[in-house]
Parts: sequence; structure tokens; C-alpha cells
Amino acid sequence: MSFRIVVLAKQVPDTRNVGKDAMKADGTVNRAALPAIFNPEDLNALELALEMKDKMKGAEVIIVTMGPSRAAEVIREAMYRGADAGYLVADRKLAGSDTLATSYALSLAVKKLFPCDVVVAGRQAIDGDTAQVGPQTAEKLNIPQITYAEELLDISEDGVTIKRRLERGTEVVKSAFPVLVTVHSSAPECRPRNAKLTMKYKHAKTVSEFQNDDSDYIAMRNIRPYLCISEWTAANLNADDNLLGLSGSPTKVKEIENVVLTHKDASVLSSSDDDINLLMKELIASHVIG
Amino acid sequence: MENYYSDNPSLKHHLNNPEMKRIVDLRENNYVEKDKFDFAPLDFEDAMDSYDKVVEIIGEICAETLAPAAEDTDHNGPQLINNEVHYAKGTALSLEKLNDAGLFGIALPRKYGGLNLSIVPYVMAAEIVSRADAAFANIWGLQDCAETILEFASEDQKERFLPRVCAGETMAMDLTEPDAGSDLQAVQLKATQNEKGEWYLNGVKRFITNGDADIALVLARSEEGTKDGRGLSLFIYDRKSNAVKVRRIENKLGIKGSPTCELVFENAPAELLGERRMGLIKYVMSLMNGARLGVGAQSVGICEAAYREALKYAHEREQFGKAIIQFPAVYEILSVMQAKTEASRSLLYETARMVDIYKCYNAISEERKLEPEERNIQRSYNKKADMLTPILKLMSSEYCNQNAYDAIQIFGGTGYMKDFPVERIYRDARITTIYEGTSQLQVVAAIRGVGNGQILSIIKEYEEREIPVEFSSLREKLIALTEQYVKSVATAQALENADAWDFLGRRMVEMAANIIMAYLLLFDAARNDYFVNILKVFMNMIEAQNMSSARFIENFKADELDYYRK
Repeated sequence: MSFRIVVLAKQVPDTRNVGKDAMKADGTVNRAALPAIFNPEDLNALELALEMKDKMKGAEVIIVTMGPSRAAEVIREAMYRGADAGYLVADRKLAGSDTLATSYALSLAVKKLFPCDVVVAGRQAIDGDTAQVGPQTAEKLNIPQITYAEELLDISEDGVTIKRRLERGTEVVKSAFPVLVTVHSSAPECRPRNAKLTMKYKHAKTVSEFQNDDSDYIAMRNIRPYLCISEWTAANLNADDNLLGLSGSPTKVKEIENVVLTHKDASVLSSSDDDINLLMKELIASHVIG
Repeated sequence: MENYYSDNPSLKHHLNNPEMKRIVDLRENNYVEKDKFDFAPLDFEDAMDSYDKVVEIIGEICAETLAPAAEDTDHNGPQLINNEVHYAKGTALSLEKLNDAGLFGIALPRKYGGLNLSIVPYVMAAEIVSRADAAFANIWGLQDCAETILEFASEDQKERFLPRVCAGETMAMDLTEPDAGSDLQAVQLKATQNEKGEWYLNGVKRFITNGDADIALVLARSEEGTKDGRGLSLFIYDRKSNAVKVRRIENKLGIKGSPTCELVFENAPAELLGERRMGLIKYVMSLMNGARLGVGAQSVGICEAAYREALKYAHEREQFGKAIIQFPAVYEILSVMQAKTEASRSLLYETARMVDIYKCYNAISEERKLEPEERNIQRSYNKKADMLTPILKLMSSEYCNQNAYDAIQIFGGTGYMKDFPVERIYRDARITTIYEGTSQLQVVAAIRGVGNGQILSIIKEYEEREIPVEFSSLREKLIALTEQYVKSVATAQALENADAWDFLGRRMVEMAANIIMAYLLLFDAARNDYFVNILKVFMNMIEAQNMSSARFIENFKADELDYYRK
């Protein structure tokens, strides 16, 4: 039995360490000024996918990322942790895509990998924080979706059971395959890079990356086909160019504003039992605790 | 993401020592395994790239998982439940992460599931782990016992036990007993054979680090009626047999995350490792050399941790209107801490390279007969490694205690509280001068090399090495220090008194150790500017120290021993 799990991952600028030059004057992210990293929640997604692989005999994890050629690093990172293969969706025509155009391209890529059983993605990417790409991709694939996954409770040939992290508690849901799952940061953190897998896959490259390699490495790749990371262009996906990139993106950034959060109504409490009781009740009622 | 490898340029420097070409070529034996294992290197550059990547993984796990868990592990420690050890939560998590990352069996051959890296990156891993959590380093570092199985066990035993170690099972070496500490010849744990020839162990072991390990190497008396080391053999005990009880876990000053156990063997089935009667004289000696190198790595890791904590705090802490690092009294302490860290690190990797080379030849000699020239190299490196190992153990362990002491001094009253890691580092450091042979016993091991000139010949070899001209004045100083050392040794020998020789031993060994470390730092400085000031600070320190020792030896008369005798 084969069981195919596709992970959608994104290389993002590390917005957790933002300096002054993080934004360009036109309101877009200055990618050159920030180190490129594996989107954190996509790592949670990869872990969930690898847990599924551990539990399903003969399962494979395939990673798909859309981005410039350096985004192949995300695919290698995933391979070091246990992914079996990767596809890079790269084309100039994709530049400037919003979530609608991105989910269109990704859904075409996933379709090329059909039949697949599960598609897993991070809830959202730290550069846009929209949480839209996963759900939109599911809609375009016309498959059910489980968002905000926190824990894989069970998986078998019949389907998958997942605990979701909601604003005020958790919910357990079950779905048949195929299904798309988006994963929350409260899910288990990703396993570390494995030494043997790192040594095995460090030579994995896309066609455009290995053009400059010497003949020894090219010979090695002929013997080890798993070292080739496939690249797909818009044409490979049979995409309608009008639905890609800027022309396929109805979202336009009008303006970026720097918002400083300030606290509002503060209340002063004494240390009396009554006041503490009151505070506790208020905190429980608002689900801050409990 | 924090990373204890990439934040420390000194490590990359040592990993890329020019000698590595020779070491890796030997270890990979013409890179034959590239067709057999998909993770084996194609050539030297590929191997070095893999080393770098693997140590980087370790650096990340140490900074992100081990170090944050260290405090909890120290406070809560392992528990004894139903005569079994249950690790602290942080310990279990760290083991799991390192195992997920495939970081057990780093230096073991690929055919047993290992990574077949050279000893140098393995030792580096141990150093980095120790910087994060010296207590955890013991549990993880005991996989080193597998080296003894690899070298001396039967092929069948290797095939059964080594893959388990590579899959993350832990190990222990059960040597010490209530009446056999430094003097292992007194070991009494009994090994008896039944009529089928199967071995059973009975008795008590004490102070056993990670005593409830999955696989243990046990020193036991197999020859009834004997009293010395020649009646002892080494055994492999498999925890699956369930015949050893942990009676207690010691409550220790430091390394509290590492369970130190008292063990009761009750008809515990065990397998003989290698030949009978060779347990202490051959196998444990090899085991101990590995363990001493391990303590060296641990000590350097502690040195680094103490220095980093102190440096950071000295920048942050303001008194009298400025950061305290601006006061000469403070920056001197910090520079000396750094110099001790780097000097002992240079000695650590020099020793590791020597061990690496002779062990590679050992491995080759199992496949084919060595050429006479190869045998000479093997022997000379083995001798040098055996000479440098006690010096490394002595100096690095003393330095890490000094650094831990100084780190608390930089912190002042704050450092005396449990709020910062320095107090844990201070307690953890304390054991390093004691276990795997006390500092005093390292002097006993090293003093032979002082007496027979072996240490001097190592120094002379360094003296001959080519160096850039700008370092020649420093070398002149080192030549003068060497002459002073030779003179002190001659003075001590002229006393013709064995007790006086032992009495002065530590001073002579330390004089030599200082010169050796200074030469190594000089070679490092010649390759990398980072070491230039460190070398100068170290030179200032050792010139004064050696002068003091030389003066003491010069003034000493044998009959003065009476002042000291108690």
C-alpha cells in the first residue's frame, strides 16, 4: 500500500529578527535584508506529516514549495528531517502572487501529485500571516480541510483523527482521505535534522543549482536519482497565466502603517480576598485561564 | 536559532586543522564506502563538509534543547523507582532529540549503524554537549564504551551490541567498588562459570555513572583466589537480563542530572569480553584512556560555558557608572579564563588527532598487515597520545575548576545564588579533577614521560616546526622555558630520592604542560589571528608560573620532606 503525504512549505524572511530596513518604501517586505528560513509553522506541518509516515506503512512524504530557486533549501531541510522527495515550483510569472494566485499554483502542483492522501501545510506564514493559502488550496482541490491541527490522534486506512486548537478550547475531528490539514504552532515541534539523512541529501539540488557542478557530482546524481529536486514551471503545471502572479492577485497593498499597541482601561485591585476572587472570576470568564 | 558550534569560531578552526586530511583519508580508506552507503563521503572535501554539517546539528540541539533543560535536570535529577533509574524529564528529552538526530555511534563504523566520523568531530561533539550540560555529557559520553567493544570483542558481539548503541541505547562502565576506587586491582565482584561455560556476576559496584544503562562493561574477578589485577576480566552485561538492582542513587555536589548508582549483581548473566585476565591490564586501560579524553572534552566544554557566562555578565553589569568589564581587575580575569579555555582546547584536539591516527591504523591492521613504516607511525602516535592524555586530563580539569571559580567571582553575590547557571557550572566542574583518575594520578601517569624524556621529545618536535617569522621571538621564549624545564628536571633527579621526585612531580608536569599548550597555541595563532592575543596572555601567565615552579624545585632539599610529612 502506498500512502502519499504532500507538505506545502514556504521559505520566508525571518521576521522574528526584524531590523530597520525590513520594509521597503513601497510597503513590501525587503527580502534581501532578512535571513531566509523555513516558515516555523510549516516545520510543525512537516512533523505532523512525518508522524503520519511513521504510523502508516509504506507512506512517503513529498515536500512542495513555491519560490525562487534558493527556496530549494527548504526542500533539503525537509529531507534532512525525513521527507522523501521535493518539488520546487519556480517561475517568474509567479512573482507577486497573493494568496489566491498562490493557492491556484499550489493546487495545480498537488494535482500533479495525485493520487495523494493527505496535504499538510502550516497554518500561516510569518511574512503574511493570512492563514488563507491552506484553506484556499483545499477548496480548489475540492477536498475537506482540517485547520488549526494541534495533535495527530490516530491515523489508519479509514481516515485521520486530529485535535484542533481553537481560540477557546480544542476540538477532535475525523476525516476520510484525501484531506488537507493546516497545522498550528502549538503542535509538536519538528524533529531535528538527522545526521545520516543530512549527509545523504546534502547533495540534492535542482537542475538550475547543479549546472555548475563538476563531473564527479553529476555522475553521482546519475546513480542516485533521489538527489534531483524536480522543478516545475507554470507551463509544467498547465497553468492559466492570467491567474498567476500580479495579474492573478486581486489583493493590492495600499499602505503599510506602523501600529504601536497601547493598553486601555486599567483597573487597580487591592490584595483583599474579595478583589482576588473578583479578578479570578473575570479571568476564568474571559478564558485567560482555566 | 542559537548554535553552540557556529557561535564559536575556535571550533571550526580546530575541525579544519591541516592534519585532518591525513586523518580523514585514513579513516575513509580511499573512500571505498561511497558505493555501499548513501551517506558516505565521496572525497576529503565532501567528508569535511559532512563533519561540519553534523557538528552543526549537535550545536543546534545543544543550544536549543540541552542547555535550556540543564537547570531543571540539575534541580530534579533522576529518580530511583523500584530499583530502576528514571531520568529527569530534560534528560529524557535530550536523549530523544540526539537519537532522532542519529547522533549515537558517531565514530563507529557504518556497518554497525555508526556514522564513521573521525575522533576529532566526536570529541568536539562531547565538548559542545558539555558546554550545554556537563551532567548530561556523562550519560551521552558513555557511548564511548562501544570503542572497547569495537576493539576487543568478538565479531558476533560487535554485531549484537554495536547497532544497539548506534540506535541510542546507553552504556556504563562498572569498575569502582566500595574498596576499589583509584586502586582497581582490589576489585572483588565475582564472576563464575557454570558447567555450560556461561558467566554469572555476583557482588556490589559503587559510584557507577549511569549505572542502569542498557549495556554495561563490568570488571570482575574471574580467577578465584587471585588478589591482583591479573585475576580480573571484563564482561558485557545486558540490562535485558534484569539481574542487577540499583540500590541507591547518590546525592552529589554536582553533575546531579547524571545518576551515580550503587549496583547489586545477583547471578547476573554476562558475556566475557576478549580474553580472561586481560580485563584490567588491557581493556580497562584502553577504556580509561578514552574516558580521560572524554573528561578532557567535558572540561573544555565547562571552561567555555564558564567563560561565556562571565563575559556576558561583565558586559551587562554596571557599577560605578560603567560596565564592570572596563575595570582592569575584571578584564584580566576574563582574558585569563579565555586563554585557559583555548589552551586546553588546543591540547584536547591535538590529543584527539593523535588518538585518531593510531586508531585508524588499528582498524586497518584488522583488514591487512601494516607495512613496517605504518606500524612505526601507529606506535609513535599511540605513545604520544598516551603521553598527552593524562596531561590533558590534568590541565583541562584544573582549568575548568579555576574558570568556574572565576566566573562566580565576576558575578559577585549574584553568582552565589541559584539564579544563574554559574553556580551549577561551579558544582559540575568539581568532579572533573577526581573521576577517571584524580589529578594526582594523572601526574603519576605523566611523570614517567618527564623522567624518560618522552615529554621533552614532544616539545623538541614542536620546536622544530616551521612557523611564520613574526612568531620567532615567542618561540625564543619557549626555548628558554624549555631549558628552564630541563634544568628543573635535572635538579629533581639529582636529589636521587624517589619521594622527593614524586613530591616535585606535579610542578614538573605542569611546567611541561604549559610549554606544550603554548606551542599549540602558537601554531593556532600562525593559522588564525584570533589566537594571537590569547597566546600572549597565556605566555605571560605561564612564564610567571614556570619561574615559580623552577624556583621551588631549585631551592628544594630532600630532607625538607620532613616538614611536610604528616
